[in-house]
Amino acid sequence: MSQTETLTHAETRLQIIDCDIHPAMRSARDLYPFLAQRWREHLDTYGLRLPAPFTASSPYPKAAPALSRADAWPPNGAPPGADLDFMRAQLLDAYDIGFGILHLLSPSGMDQRNQAFGAALCRAINEWQVATWTGPEPRLKGSIALPGEDAAAAVAELEHWAGHPDFVQVSMVTHTIEPLGRRRYWPIYEAAAAAGLPVGLHTSGYNGHAVTAAGWPSFYVEEHHEVAISQQAVAASLILEGVFAHLPDLRAVIVEAGFAWVPSLGWRLDQHWARMRDEVPHVARPPSEYMRQNLWYTTQPMDEPERPRDLRDVMDWIGWDRILFATDYPHWDFDEPRDAFKIRLSDGERRRVFADNARALYRLP
Amino acid sequence: MSETIARAAPRHPAGRIPLPGAGAIDCDIHPAVSGMAALLPYLSTHWREQVTLRGIDGLDSASYPLRVSAHGRPDWRPENAKPGSGPATLIAHAVDAFGTAIAICNPLYGVQALPNADMSAALCRAVNEWLAHEYLDRDPRLRGSALVPLRDPDLAAAEIERVAADRRFVQVLVPAMGEAPLGRRLHWPILRAAERHGMPLGIHAGSMFKHATSSNGWPSYHLEDTVLQSHAFQAQLLSLVSEGAFAEFPRLRVVLLEAGFTWLPQFLWRATRTWRAMRAEVPWVDRSPADIIREHVRVTIQPTDAPPTADAMSRVLAQLGSDRMLLFSTDYPHWHFDGLDALPAGIPDAMLPRLLSENALETYPRLQGQGLCAWTPVKAEP
Repeated sequence: MSQTETLTHAETRLQIIDCDIHPAMRSARDLYPFLAQRWREHLDTYGLRLPAPFTASSPYPKAAPALSRADAWPPNGAPPGADLDFMRAQLLDAYDIGFGILHLLSPSGMDQRNQAFGAALCRAINEWQVATWTGPEPRLKGSIALPGEDAAAAVAELEHWAGHPDFVQVSMVTHTIEPLGRRRYWPIYEAAAAAGLPVGLHTSGYNGHAVTAAGWPSFYVEEHHEVAISQQAVAASLILEGVFAHLPDLRAVIVEAGFAWVPSLGWRLDQHWARMRDEVPHVARPPSEYMRQNLWYTTQPMDEPERPRDLRDVMDWIGWDRILFATDYPHWDFDEPRDAFKIRLSDGERRRVFADNARALYRLP
Repeated sequence: MSETIARAAPRHPAGRIPLPGAGAIDCDIHPAVSGMAALLPYLSTHWREQVTLRGIDGLDSASYPLRVSAHGRPDWRPENAKPGSGPATLIAHAVDAFGTAIAICNPLYGVQALPNADMSAALCRAVNEWLAHEYLDRDPRLRGSALVPLRDPDLAAAEIERVAADRRFVQVLVPAMGEAPLGRRLHWPILRAAERHGMPLGIHAGSMFKHATSSNGWPSYHLEDTVLQSHAFQAQLLSLVSEGAFAEFPRLRVVLLEAGFTWLPQFLWRATRTWRAMRAEVPWVDRSPADIIREHVRVTIQPTDAPPTADAMSRVLAQLGSDRMLLFSTDYPHWHFDGLDALPAGIPDAMLPRLLSENALETYPRLQGQGLCAWTPVKAEP
């Protein structure tokens, strides 16, 4: 590797595009200004009703309070990710982040069991993103939260915001009632493709299904890994159900699942597709080709091979144009831009992964 | 080093060990239960009456629709019978043709998915008896895995105790997609009995249909169900490690059957990273999941999920970081390769003695001491 290829991003003044930042609310009541009276009362009385056991905790208690880095609590007492000035100082300025893509995880509208409330929540969340984040801070770009279990409502929400310069993609939860490739979601994909908006699929949501086909695990150390594995099922579903064959221009981003699983899933899909393609004549090409054409993958949580050099093979197999850097700020498993990669990237590789791939995908300046 | 096998494996000009003559141990072949009538001789009066009065039949697993080409190679499909039917055909196709020294029979009849645990136990026992009489008695090269009623771990443990007297049963067989993850303490009676009798826990692709085959609900296609099996295997490994099953049962071996294996390296990396961050939650896991899995878990090679080039395969094997984990299998009568071409490209020749037999002899204590080879039992890797 030549000297010029190993310059750090600071030396080449590469501005990072961080593809997974989590803004937060002090509480769901932050949405009051954007909710009708009926839904404010509903939120107060019935709360966020998900197919999950606790009113104010995830089913698998997480690794850290608010799922966050201990140093990410702003001095003003707000929860991590809830204070713009602190986020600017701790993330955007500290790492020279040119653009950051927002994924709000909680509250979420799509997995609300009351779907009308879910649709109202999504509208309020999107208004809140503009008012609180993307309006005041042009480096931040929003993801349009969609009530995706109700396709008609989701398409309406998408069309309401399409063309708004603060939003660069739509977002849906990944733990859905049916696999995301099923036909009930196709009107959403058709609308996203027509609007030129990528579909951001951040690991999230509750659907009542066991997180594994073998049943419910006992520990967060299992569940944390298994929700990432379930993103492989999302990729398989979109491909095998024929979404990308139907919409060759549709772009989807698998967020917060790492990426080292991509090659072996592609090999497995291709092998079984070759034998059973008579069942899926709509999947015209080997599934791995859709993985290289229609899907992107964010880096966090970074894959850490025992032999760091194996990461290079993995990235070669995936394609360097598919991979998008993400920090997951302010969560506990934050990947620090300067040492996330345990291999030395060339200047060109660094530019693609840390900025250029996302710039092209999200059509950022 | 296995002298017996090394001598029995002359190199052909290309440097490849040809399968006939290698004395391979095939860890996954599938005899088919033709139907309930075949099991009647092995049922008690009560269950024979139940089965007859209620017309209970048709319990082939929906995870393996028999007419799907992947589940029966064209030249391995008997006329008017299920693929894998009949000991003479199975022996000719799967044992004689490959020159196999030992082949382990894993019946996939779907009786473990029955909701009535007593009925499931009776039918598991009947399948085991059927296997012993119809297959294992026919050829000394055949060994069996015992089906156990996973719905009721106490009944399952009792069935292990029962079959253990017959040393031709070398393994306990359960499906990858069960009702609760296998490491959970409710399953420990099964793990305890398996360990006590030197029978690995064989986890085979397949579902009891208690949970959707994806964590996001039921996919439309059988192809998708099949692809997703590998995720259930990963969940089982996380469960067995995280619940401390290998700490509680240090001699327990787990064999993943029809799981694919090229997903393993990245899975081990992720499992280890997550454990490093969260190990305080599971203090009994005192070594990395990668170390534990490399010591305790073995994987059959078919279907292979092979990368497109031999070079990539050799890199995956290097990433795997162990030459002890892979076990030879044909997965007869399932269709993953043609002819005798059961070895995927890219496996280094130096690995073949281990892959073809030594690893299996280490994994299955009940194959040891029969003059198959002089290999010594497995030790933890340093």
